[in-house]
Amino acid sequence: MPSVMLRRSDSGGLLFYVAKKDLEETVISVERDNEQEWGGKVELADGSTWFIDPISPPPVFPTTLRFKRA
Amino acid sequence: MAVMTREETEALIQEVLEVYPESAKKDRAKHLMINDQSVTQSKKCITSNRKSLPGVMTIRGCAYAGSKGVVWGPIKDMVHISHGPVGCGQYSRAGRRNYYVGMTGVNTFGTINFTSDFQEKDIVFGGDKKLSKLIDEIETLFPLNKGITIQSECPVGLIGDDIEAVAKEKSKEIGKTVVPVRCEGFRGVSQSLGHHIANDSVRDWVLPKRDDTEFDSTPYDVSILGDYNIGGDAWSSRTLLEEMGLRVVAQWSGDGTLSEMELTPKVKLNLLHCYRSMNYISRHMEEKYGIPWVEYNFFGPTKIAESLRKIASYFDDRIKENAERVIEKYDSQNKAIIEKYRPRLQGKRVMLYVGGLRPRHVVGAYEDLGMEVVGAGYEFGHNDDYDRTIKELGNTTLIYDDLTGYEFEEFVKKIKPDLIGSGVKEKYIFQKMGVPFRQMHSWDYSGPYHGYDGFAIFARDMDMTLNNPCWKHIHAPWKRTAEAKEKLVANA
Repeated sequence: MPSVMLRRSDSGGLLFYVAKKDLEETVISVERDNEQEWGGKVELADGSTWFIDPISPPPVFPTTLRFKRA
Repeated sequence: MAVMTREETEALIQEVLEVYPESAKKDRAKHLMINDQSVTQSKKCITSNRKSLPGVMTIRGCAYAGSKGVVWGPIKDMVHISHGPVGCGQYSRAGRRNYYVGMTGVNTFGTINFTSDFQEKDIVFGGDKKLSKLIDEIETLFPLNKGITIQSECPVGLIGDDIEAVAKEKSKEIGKTVVPVRCEGFRGVSQSLGHHIANDSVRDWVLPKRDDTEFDSTPYDVSILGDYNIGGDAWSSRTLLEEMGLRVVAQWSGDGTLSEMELTPKVKLNLLHCYRSMNYISRHMEEKYGIPWVEYNFFGPTKIAESLRKIASYFDDRIKENAERVIEKYDSQNKAIIEKYRPRLQGKRVMLYVGGLRPRHVVGAYEDLGMEVVGAGYEFGHNDDYDRTIKELGNTTLIYDDLTGYEFEEFVKKIKPDLIGSGVKEKYIFQKMGVPFRQMHSWDYSGPYHGYDGFAIFARDMDMTLNNPCWKHIHAPWKRTAEAKEKLVANA
C-alpha cells in the first residue's frame, strides 16, 4: 500500500508519483471520475494498474493517497 | 575521433565489460546505455539508484554526505553537529565551497566543524548525554546561532541513540529550532537518500514553524531551491531574477538562513535548480501550500533565456517584458564571450560524470561554445534524471550510471575525449593520463558558473584547461613521436 502523490502535470494530465519506487507516470484512466466520486481502478501509462476505494467528494489535487496494487 | 555509431558504442561497452565475472557483467550492463531520443522512459534501457557492486571502485557518497554536505550544510546561521566519530565532519569540512556572507564563528558557522567526537565509552553507554552537553556548550560559545541540526553518523543509528528526544528537550530549553536528522551513512545506496531524509526533516521540523505568522508578501515572491551557491552560483542567479522584477525570498540552501527556510511557504513560485536533491520538498510544498514549482537551468545563454521565459510565464506581462529586457541586456556580453572562445573550443568533445543535475544541465553551455558532450552519467541519479537527460543529449551518446573507476578509465582510453568533467577523486588519474580535466563538483576552485556572469567564467575556465600548454609536455621528451617533435619545432 504505497503512498502516492497525485499532481497535475504542465499538460494537464494527472501524474502518479511514488517516491520510494522512483515511479512517476501519467494516469491514463480512472474507473470512476465524476462529480460525486473519484477512485476505483487506475491505469498508468506503463501498463500497471492500481486500486483505491472511491473517494467522495473527489479530492483536490495535488494530494497524497494510499493505493493498493490491482 | 569522429562520432561513434551505435554499433561501435555497443562494441565498446561489451569490450569494457569483458573483464568482469559473469554475474557482475550482467549487472553492470544494465547501467550502461546508448542514447536514443525516441525512448520516452529511461527505465526501459537503464537501471539506476541500485546498490553498487561489491569490489568495484564506486565514486558515490553516503546519506550523511547528502544531508550534511549538500542540503543542510550550507544553511549558514545554524550549527550543524556531525554527531558521531570525528572523521566524517572533519574530512567533509568546507570542501564544497558554499559561499556565504557573515562573520564565521559569530553569526555564521558554515566552515566550522562541530562534532561530538564519539569515543569507545559513548558507543558503550550511548551518546545522548554528550549530545545535550554539546548543545549547551554551543549555546555558551556561539549564542548568535539561530538553530542546531544533529546530523547522525553511522554509529548513532547502530547503537540506537534517541536523538529526537534530546532534540525536543533541548529545543524547549534553549528556545531555538533543534532538528534531529537520521542520515546515518549506511542508509540507502548513495547520497541520494540523504537528500530525501534531509528534505523530510525540513518538512517536519522547519516548514510549519511560521504557518500562523503574517508576512508582507508581493505577487512576485519566489524562492530559489537547490542552488548551493558553489563559488557564488546562487548570487549570479539571484541578480537575474531580481532584474526581472521578482523578489527572491529564500535561497535553499546556499547562503541561506533558517528564517528564509521558514518563510518559503509564503512564496508564489518555487524555482527548482537541482531537481534531484530538492524535488521532494517542492512536491510537499505544492501539496500542502499550493505553491507550484518549476525546474530551470542557468548554464549557458541558450538555456538561461529559455528558463527566464519559462519562469516569466508564471507571472504577468510586466515580468514577461522584463525577462525579454534582461535577455536583451546581456546579449552583447554573451556574443562577445562566444566570439572569443568558440574558435578555441569548437568541436572539442567532453565526457561528464558528475552528480545530481550537471550531466544534463551543462550540456547547453557546452553547445553554446561549440563543444559536444560524448558521454554523460550520474553517480546517484534516479530514473527521472535519466528521463530528462535523454532529451538533452545527441543520439548514440554513451550514458552511464554509477560508473566504476575501471570502466571510466577504459571509456576514456577508447573514446579519447578532449575534456573530462568529474570529481576530485578522478581528477589526478586523468590528468596523469594526459587528458584535460575540470573538477565539476565545486567548479575546480573557480566559479560561479550559473547565470550570464557565470557563463563568462565557465567559458574562460574551459579554454584555460583545454588549451593549456602543459598538455604538450605530458610525455617525456625521448618518448615523443617524430610528428609531435616537428609540431613542437614549428610552434617554437
